[in-house]
Amino acid sequence: MVYGLTPEEKEKLERFKTKLSTFEKNRKNLIPILQSAQQEIAYLPGQALELAAGHLDIPISEVYGVATFYNQFRFIPPGKYPIKICLGTACHIKSSDIILENFERKLGIKEGQTTEDRQFSVERVACVGCCALAPVALVGDALYGKMSPSKVEGIFTRIQVEKEMSLRVHSENESNQ
Amino acid sequence: MAGPDMDMVEIVINGKNISVKAGRPLLETCLSNGIYIPNLCHVEGMTSPPASCRLCFIEVEGIPAPVPSCVTTVEPGMVVSTDTAAVRKLQRTALKLLLSVHDIDCRNCPVNRKCPLQQIARFLKIGLKSAPFETRLKKDLLDDRHPFFNYYPNRCVLCGRCVYLCHRKNGYPKISFAGRGFGAFIRIDLPLPDDAVSCHECRECATSCPVAALRLK
Repeated sequence: MVYGLTPEEKEKLERFKTKLSTFEKNRKNLIPILQSAQQEIAYLPGQALELAAGHLDIPISEVYGVATFYNQFRFIPPGKYPIKICLGTACHIKSSDIILENFERKLGIKEGQTTEDRQFSVERVACVGCCALAPVALVGDALYGKMSPSKVEGIFTRIQVEKEMSLRVHSENESNQ
Repeated sequence: MAGPDMDMVEIVINGKNISVKAGRPLLETCLSNGIYIPNLCHVEGMTSPPASCRLCFIEVEGIPAPVPSCVTTVEPGMVVSTDTAAVRKLQRTALKLLLSVHDIDCRNCPVNRKCPLQQIARFLKIGLKSAPFETRLKKDLLDDRHPFFNYYPNRCVLCGRCVYLCHRKNGYPKISFAGRGFGAFIRIDLPLPDDAVSCHECRECATSCPVAALRLK
């Protein structure tokens, strides 16, 4: 799946471009530059890597080599609702792999991917820090403890309801004005 | 008085006195004197070999453990053995590890019978099996985006010859390692840059690939 840049991301890329000039042209700055790009854009699109390579005057293949080596860099944009499934020890014991599979099947994507409409992404994480609630899933900042396959559907319903409610509030505000 | 002969020194390889050029890698020295040492990632004339295939081990008197011969240079009075039990054990393990990430499908492979993995396995008297190591193959079978060659990730043993030769020829690499661990592969940069040496004329990466992971189209 290839994700084009949204207009918002293009803006962020421009902001990264101006930030780039503050870095000294030295190859030791490659990782800090990549980190700054990811901080700005939330992931590393090909264009950001090309900008970094151009600024430091090093081959793009080398930039890719470094960027793909480290787990901290991602190349797929996170969804609007990033879903994180804990696969830490306690959650693992409580069969969190089944929960992960449920999310994957429901969204039709694999772990580490994002849906085409950029709404959801599924990731695995190692320990969220609340093992008593295992197995645990995170949707954005909201935590869902004691997960079960039947709860997965409920989470999506809740997101949908919240979305519609905020839309209604939004339109009511507009009509009031 | 400095002449070409001044660099020659006497060393002992496998119990034989040999007069060789000082400062040269022992691997190249042995190979040019008819003493075979298994090797995969070395390219003649490399200034800083990666020593990544872990096949060219030798034992040198005075050094407690076997050392890779591609990064050990000739010094006067060295006593070298290329076929001790410790060396063979390391080489067999290294080859099995390489085979554990290699798609062993020799019958359908274009370099069947010419493959260094087969030759080294025969030399080390082991079969083409990775046991006791588990086989770990990648999901992607083919990268055919490049106009001139195909890349088969599961044939690739990541020796790095292609990356090195591309770098040497162009001054920078157009292909490089990406990912890490079992997920590591050779990444091809596209679109192709406009260079003095175009991929169409060069082809060094594909012709230097020992295991047919890079094949000309």
